[in-house]
Amino acid sequence: MDELVHLNRRKLLKTTTGFLAGLVIPGSPLARIARGPAWAVDLTSLTSSEGATLLAVARTLMPHDELDDAAYALVIPAIDADASKDEKLLKTLREGIANLGPDFAKNSESTRIEVLKKFESSPFFQTMRLRTVQILYSSPLAYAYFGYEGEAFSKGGYLLRGFNDLRWLPEVPLEDSGPMPVGVTREEIRDGEH
Amino acid sequence: MASIDLLDRTPVVIIGSGAGGGTLAHELTRRGIKVVLLEAGKRQSLEAFSQVPSEAFGQLTWLDARTQSGTWGVARDFPNLPVWHCKTVGGTTVHWTASCPRLQAWELRAKTIYGDIAGTSLIDWPITYKELRTYYEIAERRLGVTRRNGVPGLPASNNFKVMYAGAKKLGYQQVHTGHLAINSRAFDGRSFCIQQGFCVQGCKIGAKWSALYTEIPRAAATGNLDLRVESTAIRIEHGDTGRVNAVVYRDGQGREQRQKARAVCVAGNAIETPRLLLFSSSSKFPQGLANSSGQVGRNYCHHITGFVWGFFEQPVYSWRGATIAGVVEDELINEPKRGFAGGYRMELVTLDLPTFPLVGLPYGWGRDFTSIVENYRNMAGMFINGEDLPRSDNRITLDPVVKDAFGLPVAHIHVDDHPNDQALRKHAQAQMSRMYEAIGAKRIVLGPTPPATHNMCTARMSANPRDGVTNAWGQTHDIKNLFISDGSVLSTAGAANPTLTIVALALRQAEYIVREMKEHNI
Repeated sequence: MDELVHLNRRKLLKTTTGFLAGLVIPGSPLARIARGPAWAVDLTSLTSSEGATLLAVARTLMPHDELDDAAYALVIPAIDADASKDEKLLKTLREGIANLGPDFAKNSESTRIEVLKKFESSPFFQTMRLRTVQILYSSPLAYAYFGYEGEAFSKGGYLLRGFNDLRWLPEVPLEDSGPMPVGVTREEIRDGEH
Repeated sequence: MASIDLLDRTPVVIIGSGAGGGTLAHELTRRGIKVVLLEAGKRQSLEAFSQVPSEAFGQLTWLDARTQSGTWGVARDFPNLPVWHCKTVGGTTVHWTASCPRLQAWELRAKTIYGDIAGTSLIDWPITYKELRTYYEIAERRLGVTRRNGVPGLPASNNFKVMYAGAKKLGYQQVHTGHLAINSRAFDGRSFCIQQGFCVQGCKIGAKWSALYTEIPRAAATGNLDLRVESTAIRIEHGDTGRVNAVVYRDGQGREQRQKARAVCVAGNAIETPRLLLFSSSSKFPQGLANSSGQVGRNYCHHITGFVWGFFEQPVYSWRGATIAGVVEDELINEPKRGFAGGYRMELVTLDLPTFPLVGLPYGWGRDFTSIVENYRNMAGMFINGEDLPRSDNRITLDPVVKDAFGLPVAHIHVDDHPNDQALRKHAQAQMSRMYEAIGAKRIVLGPTPPATHNMCTARMSANPRDGVTNAWGQTHDIKNLFISDGSVLSTAGAANPTLTIVALALRQAEYIVREMKEHNI
């Protein structure tokens, strides 16, 4: 949740161009790790309305119904930051957003897909697809949603945390597998850290 | 560590510090030879390895531009990243997954065994398997390879249990957790594997062999090594006799430096090695160094690769555990009845998030694409590692337009799939799909060919100087004191992940260089 901030009056008075805000759906996977019920992100180059359109693009490209908007919202400040450093990209985004039309975010999913298909070969579309995949699937929010546990070095690896806990298939005979390192305990694994 | 003067004419200069260059540096320095080791990248450490996949990628990967063309899928799917190797001390041994199979005796005789296949430039290796085996044995002891010399295999992970059950249903016999340079027990001052699953991000516990924390510090401890990081070789120079005598490089501040040398060994990965030879052209060698045959950069091999994913009703958690700890070797045969020459291994694999949707899946978006990612936890994965046949025009050239930060032409990579490559890939994908279907997979997804990590054969060893760039010791046919010391020298690709062979050849080359220096031949 580090990239998201709580909805905060002081924050909104800062000199940002736009912002996106929303509520975390109670009971969603995100709710378990979110620090509060509300989220917001600030935008430097893009307006709130442009941000909202890009959020709808991200959701249409990589739809996961049970995944909160907050996870998709992370994509937008990253693209906004890219655009702040790259005028050509900002122009590409603005043109792309204009092409989608003012009501894009309000349209049904099937309409949004039809509209996006028309621009699939454009740099705007390809940038949005790449950055959405890169950022959406990198966040702790997505990890929690997909059940992905990520790096394990800080927890001593998966050696004693389920790397071989699959029970719905037969075990592999020892001659084709190998022994667990002798006498391993969690403490030993931690001691083994360099 | 030694500090060798730029004007000192006695050191061997090695360009690149990976499996080949790092091993060679250790072997020469421990025999009393002074070595200047130039590495273009920075030095990382177990502590410094990032565990954020995107950061780790940026920390370790060679990201300087390359261009590409040809019919292979990589040109379409990954236009900006044709190959994926490292730019860091230790080279690609930092991000490798440590699979250490040997080439088979028959794979070294590809031309003889496969016969004349139109559109290929096959040759036999100039060394026998018996000769290579001696150095495989030394390399396996050095790297602590599992299932060799009494070293136990790694224990089976969840992902391997799926592979194993499927393989057995199809009647495959040679299925095990693999020959890996990953410690199944503490060895050589390094920990055993704790099954982190982050092999590619740099093994933070050091259970995986890497030149970064084995060969290179040992070479430094001899007092004969001068390792220069962030030092990018830009030209190899020669004297009137045609012998090479210096390497020009850019240091970390971008200043041009010139190191005198008694001999030069190029080990910059099979993309950068031919590139450096090509742009070291001179009035004496207008086609580039060691290129009188015109073979520098040609015959580029990369292995036939690709992902096959199986999705099941129950969880697999494929990310838990050593990435590549599993293999099926029954298809590692030359059986023309299958419709292609050469063999392939099926190797265990998985990818983290976000790498799985970025690299592991065919291009897509919308609900069909995300329905695959939704089932990430119930996914098992395998990877094809098959022999690709050399083609003269599959080659590395200098891009006529695009330049690097120093104003030098970047490498252009051209690869056309051969019909043999396509037939092998199709066969492997079908067998792997059958394995998963045999144990109840609900869905099979065939992934794309990812950016090449096994880069080979672009300065190959050949008995006949017309067919390749070096002799059987990696010594260039044209220039006695210029050596090639990386995967570029492989005569053909075989179906073995190349690092063990690169290390074995470097061990063998070191003995040869020492002998030739003693006899004042170089």
